Amino acid sequence: MSSLSTDDIKHEFGKSVLGITGLIIISSLIMISVITAITVPASTFQEWNNPEKWLDYPKTSIPIWVNYFTLEKIPEHKIITPNVIQSNSDNVYLVSQQFFADFEYDDFPSDFVYEFKTRYTNSHLVSVNLIRPDGIVMHLLTTTLPFSENETIYKQRIFSTDAMIKKNIMMKSNIFAFDVSKMTVTDIVFSDISENKVLKGNYTFVVNTYEVDSKSEIINSRIILGGKAFGFMGTDELRRDLAIGLLWGTPLALFIGVSVAIGSVIVGLVYGVYSGYKGKKTDEAMMRFNDVIYALPALPFLIILSVTISNSIFLIIGFLMIFSWVGIAKISRSMSLQIKTRQYVEAARIMGQKDSKIIFKHIIPQLLPYAFASIAISVPAAITTEAGLSFLGLGDPTFPTWGQILHDANTYGAAAQGFWWWIIPPGLLIAITGLAFVFIGNALDAIVNPKLKR
Amino acid sequence: MFGVLLVTLLLTVALVGSNMDTILKQGIIFQVRSEITDNPSIVKSFTNPEDFEKFVQQKIDERIGTLGLDTPWYSPQRIGYTMLKIMMLDFGNATFLTSDSGSSNVGDILLEKIPKTVLLFTTATIIISIIGILLGAASSSKIGSKTDRLTSTFAIISSSFPVWWIGMLMIFVFAFVYQIFPARATPDIEPSEPGYIISLLYHMTLPLITIVLIGFGSWAYLVRNFMVGVMQEDFITAKKIMGINKKKIVYRHALKNAAPPIVTVLALSLSGSLGGAIITEAVFDWPGMGRLYFEAISVMDLPVIIGSTYILTVLFLISIFISDLLYGYFDPRVRTGT
Repeated sequence: MSSLSTDDIKHEFGKSVLGITGLIIISSLIMISVITAITVPASTFQEWNNPEKWLDYPKTSIPIWVNYFTLEKIPEHKIITPNVIQSNSDNVYLVSQQFFADFEYDDFPSDFVYEFKTRYTNSHLVSVNLIRPDGIVMHLLTTTLPFSENETIYKQRIFSTDAMIKKNIMMKSNIFAFDVSKMTVTDIVFSDISENKVLKGNYTFVVNTYEVDSKSEIINSRIILGGKAFGFMGTDELRRDLAIGLLWGTPLALFIGVSVAIGSVIVGLVYGVYSGYKGKKTDEAMMRFNDVIYALPALPFLIILSVTISNSIFLIIGFLMIFSWVGIAKISRSMSLQIKTRQYVEAARIMGQKDSKIIFKHIIPQLLPYAFASIAISVPAAITTEAGLSFLGLGDPTFPTWGQILHDANTYGAAAQGFWWWIIPPGLLIAITGLAFVFIGNALDAIVNPKLKR
Repeated sequence: MFGVLLVTLLLTVALVGSNMDTILKQGIIFQVRSEITDNPSIVKSFTNPEDFEKFVQQKIDERIGTLGLDTPWYSPQRIGYTMLKIMMLDFGNATFLTSDSGSSNVGDILLEKIPKTVLLFTTATIIISIIGILLGAASSSKIGSKTDRLTSTFAIISSSFPVWWIGMLMIFVFAFVYQIFPARATPDIEPSEPGYIISLLYHMTLPLITIVLIGFGSWAYLVRNFMVGVMQEDFITAKKIMGINKKKIVYRHALKNAAPPIVTVLALSLSGSLGGAIITEAVFDWPGMGRLYFEAISVMDLPVIIGSTYILTVLFLISIFISDLLYGYFDPRVRTGT
């Protein structure tokens, strides 16, 4: 092998289309990671395994962009915030909240939930009405909040499955030309009156709060119109927004892959070069040890290690390193065997330089191009192995990695139920990340080993 | 080679040893307590609960002492004994898992599972290597041609996809969207029935296709790279000049010379795929070693874990050994003596 200067490598690399593609992919992945770290608060991914956090989201909903490709528009999941109007007359204070929903889909919403939190004293009357696009006003519910003498904070969720709502609607059932008694509330109120089809248009939920004397304060209130499409990447069985999991998986995967690759290449390089340079018995002993590690079946051991010791992500990175430096050590040993016979190395030795200095100053720099190529090539293996461990459910549960998303998909039978948006993106991301590093590695490899190019 | 086996064993035993002890001790405590409470006369003979507790504790200690659990698991004689037993292929009894025929002996369970793993992965490796060698040879004979570039690209792309993810997609597409193959690879009829083999093969198709699909690309690429090296050598050039048919040169002469490294990698990849089998089998629910291992890990069935790790290592070492032998057979240069 001849020595290559950095400029040579840069120049050659610039000519390789694959290498450039790889670089572009990786830089965009890094961009994604940075943007994620800035825009998506870290608390959301720490709450990944906390089901309460995701209650407002729909279950296994399809990504919204699917609607652009289908004729039948799937109802989107909407979280609507109100438009508040306040007025008072004769000591009765009225707070009217209007929730606008533009409903242009071909299927009924699955449900709606009115969620609110207010601070009030005495009693408090809430009435919920729905104004339909055809002008019909449906009275849904009137309810009083529990009386309290002191100021209290009250939190409630009113579901569309509430028996009172159904009862109130049944009083108006005669306007519908068909039998509504066995239908769900959403199927009735969002239906055309002549036949049971979705009535498209602007719906307005009006929530009026009446109270006497005192002014209350609505801390937060919203209506969740349950649909079957949500977010850019859809949601999973536990209502988690997959986009967040996938976004946060990117920096994690890069971190795992790159740190394992760098760590194992450095260890392997130093180990191999030292062994080759020393020769004789040291070499023999070190290579036997190398053989032992080489002959250990890696995955079973990784599994045992992560089960018995710990499945913390940092330890898993360490375990992955244990099994991935071996091959690099072998190759760098054989390379250092060649280099150590070169005259300048011998000259340095005769001059009485220390072994460590010869190794780090004269031999390892010669191997650096090879080292970079092998770092790039060993990243995908690290990422896939970690994803594999996570897929078996042995990953670090505090971090949502791509492998873990796939693990959840597998446990909830995503393939059987056709939730493609839960299976395809994580795997594709794993593959793309791996591919980018392989591209770069191959481009470097072709420069370092010119024999392959022909 | 034997040393490697010993190290593997030692590591496995060391890693699971302390857990094994805790589980065994808890088992004994439970056993002793239930024995005593089942026998009301013993309970009645005690007047105050403290004495009774003392008596129970004493019984437990006695039992632990007779089983040799009072010395820690890392004491030399216990480790030595455990390892000796495993080396004689006596893995003891599984804690939770049983074989299909109901035996809980780890040896029986393993014997039932090994053939299935070997069947799936050996078949896959054979198919992969045949396709790979032919494709690799073809693309190396025309470097830079369409075939060559297609092979290389496919190799790079396919190698970065995780097999199990492709497996999930395959299940999704071929078992649910188009219902051609079964989703679970475990045959649904009893092994004793006549149609079992056919059913097994039918259930094997989907995992087989997946493994082959992912594997053959990188194989072809590897063979191609070895072949490129050989094709540059002088004797090939000489043969070309002599006017020998190019196909004959590639498949007869060049391939023969590239054989030693190819065979080595073949043996290694075969054994490597055994390790990877854990995830693949978990996805396809193929009733082999890998799934057994996964199940054992999830319920912490330690004898099974130790046994299957040992067997996996043995298989791995056997294939390394065979590859060494084959290397000598194909490459006369490494033969020593007469």
